[in-house]
Amino acid sequence: MKLLLQNAHIEGIRFYDAYRKNGGYQSVEKAFKMSTDAIVEEVKKSGLRGRGGAGFPTGMKWSFLAKPEGVPRHLVCNADESEPGTFKDRYLMEFLPHLLIEGLIVSSYALGSNATYIYIRGEYAWITDILEQAIAEAKQNGWLGKNILGSGFDCEIYVHRGAGAYICGEETALIESLEGKRGNPRLKPPFPAIQGVWMRPTVVNNVETLAAIVPIINMGGEEYAKIGVGRSTGTKLLSVCGNVNKPGVYEIDMTISVEEFIYSDKYCGGIPNGKRLKACIPGGSSVPIVPANLLFKTAKGETRMMNYESLSDGGFATGTMMGSGGFIVLDEDQCVVRHTMTLARFYNHESCGQCSPCREGTGWMYKILKNIENGQGKLSDIDLLWDIQRRIEGNTICPLGDAAAWPVAAAIRHFRDEFEWHVLNPEESQRRNYGIAHYADPLPMVGAV
Amino acid sequence: MSIKFSQEQLNKVQEVIARYPEGKQKSALIPLLHMAQDTFGGWLDAPVMDYVAELLHILPIEVYEVATFYSMFNTKPVGKHLLEVCRTGPCMLNGSDEIIDYIKSKLGINEGETTPDGLFTLKPVECLGACGYAPMMQLGKNFREHLTKEKVDALISELTAKAGN
Amino acid sequence: MSEVQNFKVTIDNITVEVAPGTTILNAARAIGGEVAPPAMCYYSKLKDSGGKCRTCLVEVSKGSEKDPRPMPKLVASCRTTVMDGMEVKNITSEKVLDARKGIVEMLLINHPLDCPVCDQAGECDLQNLSYEHGSEKTRYEFKRRTFEKEDIGPYIQLHMTRCIMCFRCVYTADQLTDKREHGILDRGDHAQISTLLGKSLDHDFIGNVIDVCPVGALTDKTFRFKNRVWFAKPVDAHRDCPTCKGKVRLWMRGEEVFRVTARKDEWGEVEDFICNDCRFHKKETKDWVIEGPSVVDRRSVIAQGHYQGKVGMVKEQPRLIDQVIGKAPKLLMDIHSISDVNRPDVDLSQIEGPAHSDDFE
Repeated sequence: MKLLLQNAHIEGIRFYDAYRKNGGYQSVEKAFKMSTDAIVEEVKKSGLRGRGGAGFPTGMKWSFLAKPEGVPRHLVCNADESEPGTFKDRYLMEFLPHLLIEGLIVSSYALGSNATYIYIRGEYAWITDILEQAIAEAKQNGWLGKNILGSGFDCEIYVHRGAGAYICGEETALIESLEGKRGNPRLKPPFPAIQGVWMRPTVVNNVETLAAIVPIINMGGEEYAKIGVGRSTGTKLLSVCGNVNKPGVYEIDMTISVEEFIYSDKYCGGIPNGKRLKACIPGGSSVPIVPANLLFKTAKGETRMMNYESLSDGGFATGTMMGSGGFIVLDEDQCVVRHTMTLARFYNHESCGQCSPCREGTGWMYKILKNIENGQGKLSDIDLLWDIQRRIEGNTICPLGDAAAWPVAAAIRHFRDEFEWHVLNPEESQRRNYGIAHYADPLPMVGAV
Repeated sequence: MSIKFSQEQLNKVQEVIARYPEGKQKSALIPLLHMAQDTFGGWLDAPVMDYVAELLHILPIEVYEVATFYSMFNTKPVGKHLLEVCRTGPCMLNGSDEIIDYIKSKLGINEGETTPDGLFTLKPVECLGACGYAPMMQLGKNFREHLTKEKVDALISELTAKAGN
Repeated sequence: MSEVQNFKVTIDNITVEVAPGTTILNAARAIGGEVAPPAMCYYSKLKDSGGKCRTCLVEVSKGSEKDPRPMPKLVASCRTTVMDGMEVKNITSEKVLDARKGIVEMLLINHPLDCPVCDQAGECDLQNLSYEHGSEKTRYEFKRRTFEKEDIGPYIQLHMTRCIMCFRCVYTADQLTDKREHGILDRGDHAQISTLLGKSLDHDFIGNVIDVCPVGALTDKTFRFKNRVWFAKPVDAHRDCPTCKGKVRLWMRGEEVFRVTARKDEWGEVEDFICNDCRFHKKETKDWVIEGPSVVDRRSVIAQGHYQGKVGMVKEQPRLIDQVIGKAPKLLMDIHSISDVNRPDVDLSQIEGPAHSDDFE
């Protein structure tokens, strides 16, 4: 089932004419006949959860927005997609820019934002151009500007390009950056819904979340909620990378199993070269890595499905998280230690340096992992790593500390033998990888010759 | 080189500042630094940052703080072509380490160094959001994806030839 | 007229009433003693300071009377306001002590530990913090991050290697001067305090960055290597200053004024910011009206060697540990039960010359 990408293949859909011809901007027409409260109500009914990673209910977030008299409010679209493994928003903006603009207009109307900003990561320079062109087209056709559709509502959308900082995906850091400052996260409270950008009430939503507003308005919140399962309603974009036959962006309705997602030709198409699956990080680099033997079945023995609840079943002991939908697959020849080291290096590089546990701890973890990877580690280093991550987690200003701690914790939790092997076999570990060991793919090798 | 935007650019500056509420012109800092870096030699020298501070009526230190925070702003000179090769997890799984090593040996430079002719700078970077198209690098405004040694060869000859003309 | 209802908050089993809007840290300071969490970055006189160092983390075991749920994570007490009926655990929480130990370790991994040659030694917040909450050895085995020493102006030296990134000096320059010249450059573990261009900091009040610095990263060049703070005698003095209130603390040895600082309260915060003129140029006793010896915390190293028999000048700290834990400290070992030489009936001071085992027979 596709709600966002169903038209992605249509020629010229990037441009206004083709987009409009295929039903584009209908949700704006519909929404402007509704009251703003009714729109928020539809979003609440839809059960839509933030698609940026945290999965917080969008309707609830919107209803928290303070509305003091005479103070402007702002909607900010978080397009600072930087979580390793995640590139779904890029796909959406690159190929369906008008879908995002449409969602932004409806959301701006619902929240009363007359100036809405898209904060896009600096490296997506060419997408900035695509979005600016789409905004210009929308404006030419009367969907933006003054008194849109005679409703009396004015709205402008501006693209604000960042300059390379993962931390700006955190909403308060994003707000700081939008104000022209360093991307240092703010202490909460106050929450952005009360004091956000320029101390005004602000809602920050992910690209995919805002695009999903379009089908929600078109079909109604209740219909949208019927798609999916339980509290995982609607569809979710997943960006697949690593060792799969068909990396790319897929839209799923959260009712398929993880196994089907990896091995079906409709999606990832299995692992290349007939190799076996070793591990998977299903929600972007900060969520826990899970070995193959815990990936397809939950600890209770149930089939693990591609949705928020099922992926997190078993907590961090045996489960993981849906996260941002950056689906990273590791085949049997990959080294978990090296992979974890690159992630630790990433978080060390991206730490803003504001609070002590993250500033000092991320670099420390990276250095230890580098030693282990290079055959210079000690067995006590593994316990030390565990202790450092434990003392970073939960003790930092923003979630980057947790994001840096979890991958290290999960790698040690599930692949401790591989770390030990690296330490005990320093020379051999430089020549070959550990392999697959006991966390072997429990399934027959689908698609293998 | 005199540090001053053209009239056309100055109009653009005003347009960018107008995107933000009155008195919040500091918000235009990052967009202006991008413009300045593109205009004044691919990096931000102190006088360039002072000029931007002047345009926005903010203190120079406020500009320095921001320019040194974001990884896309170069506060030291770089080669004409900045080869920014991603090496984070998903790219590593697909062989980015080999690509980086190959570029190093081909150009005879180390990470962060510039070739003697000033043409190329190699800068390994962290995730650029192209994980499904790994390995990849950023070159100017665009991404070069699904890199192979052959593609690197072709790219370097193309850019070298362009510089020769 | 109805008065604003105070909030009742219980910290480490001691209840105190504070005005709404008070932070947990300030409520704990109102109780005083060991109940007050350590603060390396928070500074009550600097707006927006705090929240960064994470040493003041506490456990909120009960959110409020209305919503008694505990807070899921430890919170920065310096930036979290109290609610009515809130219950907080500081030194009574294992979780807090463990986290704090971790944070002290992180703060120290890149700190040079050059206390023997550091002017701040003896009045260093990081030293005190490590003494109370740290481990005696580090598990960090890598090269420490270092920076070159930098003179930022004629009076102030920046020793960035010692910095713990509390941001206090940046807020000071922002809030006391009209043109900030230094700031935080770079990010993550490379972040540093700098002017970028080696500029000199000159503003009438910029010297206060030395006083707010919790470590020896910003030191007074006019005092550099001149003396140890515990050898100098702090004396409160004032003068008629056209720029500031002129209420200072002189650090003297004999008749000589070694340095001038602002007066600090029991939490190590300056009472009134002073101007550069008072700080750097008034180094003669004749410049000042001496008020008398400063009140010094008895536990401080500064108190050592001074004021014997004049305890009145040294502030007694109430012993709260009994109240908090609910029992007296345990006597681990009675020396007399294992030692032959320490007999209570023999007065060592009555023995002439070194004591000998024969003396105790």
